[in-house]
Amino acid sequence: MVNRIVVGAHYGLKDWIAQRATAVVMAVYTALIVAVILVARPADFEAWRAIFAHGFIKFASFLFALSLFYHAWIGMRDLWMDYIKPTGLRLALHVLTILALVGYAGWAASILWRL
Amino acid sequence: MAEMSIKKQRPKNLDLTSIRLPLPGKVSILHRVSGAGIFLMLPLLLWIFQASVTSPESFEAFKAVASHPLAKLILAGLIWAYMHHFCAGIRFLLLDVHVGVELQSARQSAAVVLAVSLVLTAVLWGVLLW
Repeated sequence: MVNRIVVGAHYGLKDWIAQRATAVVMAVYTALIVAVILVARPADFEAWRAIFAHGFIKFASFLFALSLFYHAWIGMRDLWMDYIKPTGLRLALHVLTILALVGYAGWAASILWRL
Repeated sequence: MAEMSIKKQRPKNLDLTSIRLPLPGKVSILHRVSGAGIFLMLPLLLWIFQASVTSPESFEAFKAVASHPLAKLILAGLIWAYMHHFCAGIRFLLLDVHVGVELQSARQSAAVVLAVSLVLTAVLWGVLLW
């Protein structure tokens, strides 16, 4: 018998769902942006830039970026938990991963809203 | 009793060189490898995107960098990583909703994921970088 109390904590259910929800957002965006590029057939820089300057595409691209960074956090956290045994090193890698991803989110926003 | 059998000494093999991973296992570990690779290359991807949309000059600079053989190799790796992670991810989502969980179909879908992601990589690489 495994006498473990399984109420009161979610044992990662929220992260499990978030990983899948962000995956679906990214898959839908990928299909959308491929379709837009195939239809618009951007031949030069101006046409390429115009795609991402469009209000809806900009909005969708930002949601894609946020989904990617959240998804990457869950995935990388799982990798550090599985392979990095020393607690201090693991904690440091968790913090560095979060800092990097938050920074990337700001970077992505600045690229998109300067268009 | 379950507790007794859990504590019983059982043979254990953690020698990676002698473990023969079945195809779904290979797809699974490549999902991890491709995800880790994309994470490590995120700054490069953001830089590429920034260069491609900021100005005609940066667009040309990006094209010049992308035409270098080493850059083409790295980009081919990244395209494969995205395609594999995408295809294997869809397979995992389907498994989550109990589609294709039988041994035979799970092995087949693993083979399809490996093959389709390689074909898509070749096509995209050819279209974008050739």
